[in-house]
Amino acid sequence: MESVARSQSAIEPDTAAPKDATLIYRQSRWTRLTHWLWAISLFFMLLSGLQIFNARPQLYIGKESGFAYDNTIFAIGAENTANGPRGYTEIFGKRFDTTGVLGWSGPAGRETSRAFPSWATIPSYYDLGTARVVHFFFAWILTTTLVVWLVASLINGHLRRDLAPRIDDLRRLPRDIADHARFKFRHRREYNTLQKMAYGGVMFVLLPLMIITGLAMSPSMNAVLPFLNDLLGGRQTARTIHFIVMLLLVAFFIIHILMIFAAGPINELRSIITGWYRTDPPAHGSKTPQRSA
Amino acid sequence: MAKFVISRRKFLTSASLGVSGIMLSGCDAFDSQLRVGDGLRSFLEGANGLTWRAQRLLAGDSLAPEFTEADIRQPQRPNGVTAPDDDVYKGLLANNFADWRLEVSGLVEKPLSLTREQLMNMPSRTQITRHDCVEGWSCIAKWTGTPLSLVLDQAVVKPQARYVMFHCLDTIDRSLSGDIKYYGSIDLIDARHPQTILAYGLNGKPLPVENGAPLRVRVERQIGYKMPKYLRKIELVDGFATIGGGRGGYWEDNGYDWYGGI
Repeated sequence: MESVARSQSAIEPDTAAPKDATLIYRQSRWTRLTHWLWAISLFFMLLSGLQIFNARPQLYIGKESGFAYDNTIFAIGAENTANGPRGYTEIFGKRFDTTGVLGWSGPAGRETSRAFPSWATIPSYYDLGTARVVHFFFAWILTTTLVVWLVASLINGHLRRDLAPRIDDLRRLPRDIADHARFKFRHRREYNTLQKMAYGGVMFVLLPLMIITGLAMSPSMNAVLPFLNDLLGGRQTARTIHFIVMLLLVAFFIIHILMIFAAGPINELRSIITGWYRTDPPAHGSKTPQRSA
Repeated sequence: MAKFVISRRKFLTSASLGVSGIMLSGCDAFDSQLRVGDGLRSFLEGANGLTWRAQRLLAGDSLAPEFTEADIRQPQRPNGVTAPDDDVYKGLLANNFADWRLEVSGLVEKPLSLTREQLMNMPSRTQITRHDCVEGWSCIAKWTGTPLSLVLDQAVVKPQARYVMFHCLDTIDRSLSGDIKYYGSIDLIDARHPQTILAYGLNGKPLPVENGAPLRVRVERQIGYKMPKYLRKIELVDGFATIGGGRGGYWEDNGYDWYGGI
């Protein structure tokens, strides 16, 4: 961390700082505020959600859960074997031993049967009622934040300027993929194509889908919007989609963090905390010309 | 500027240390703040009141989805207490509930004591609905019973009544002060909802013991724990602060939200 900081200050002479053309105001206060509200609420929703899942660690396809017939596509459980209790995870009938993490976990000698381990749930002990309190509180925060962000981004131009897909994006896609694969990043004001796809996908597909499938599980909302479960394929399918979208959001989070570290964590964090972002200095007839914005 | 950058760096360092501190303690830190009655928890629980008001506003008196006979593919899965061990209950069961009565009391003009036959002679409603357990599973079944609104009309509810409190025959828990029988409550809007019935029939047959015989509540726009089984008494109240732990029901007193529409 210290060496990163030192090397950065070496290429940032103090004299250039105030009028530094490479330092730009990239993220508006609305983007920054909503980003952190999401970070906090998604953290709590994930961990309380896993606790809720633990109460019924099975996923089904259809309107109901099959007890006299089988419509289970995913299950986490524990079983007794000759080698003692083992945890398992079953996907489409195929069983994997996941002892220690899924199904059977805990401190050595005090393992218990629980789908997701203690360190991945809020509260750490089994408590469905409390997990629901936490989950639904942050569901309100998350949804309100999404609406605030949408309105603010429409007004301040964030949507139009930064996220709206353009023909150019499609043209740049192959090169963008190649750049990412080589961890080669251009620090510019604009989002690159893969960034647009990732952020747009989260904002306009994953989060809305999470909210819709969440509402589809609410018996009262089923009375208000009866078509929702017909559209999704039944309440239990909605619950399964809710879980899959959770996995996609976790995957997004992991890639997001990896990319921040690869692209320069100080600069990236500064831009999402203060708004200021250091862009690459203009190329002086270099071999890698800047692409036009 | 250099100073400015350093302070930012310091901020980032301490912020990341703070976050990793929370992560390292495995969120055990939250555990102690989340018990019933704690300040943080009470604050978070405020969201349930918001959900209740929002869903009331949106749902009005709309009906829960109803299904077809073809959707009944299995017996109704029982949950919670499935065979009450209480002597009073076993005595009533031995006599096929001939001595059982449903008491209607509290804030009513005319307290009632109804036999099962009297209830069954009132107009009935049959509905194929999906039961959603708080644990996450669902099960579709056909329920037959007396609309609760008809019973309330017969008892003439006093204007100051706000909730219907259900008292049950089954012991759900034991405490130092004795056995705790299941109890729960709903507001008068759900109580008067056309699909809220006192069910005595399941899938065309008399309600079995594991599903709540002789009588259970169906509140189709809420989660399963809001539908008490083995009913004994319906009490009209203007609040539930003095009943049980004061949160409106057995599971509510154990940390579950009073409003179970979600």
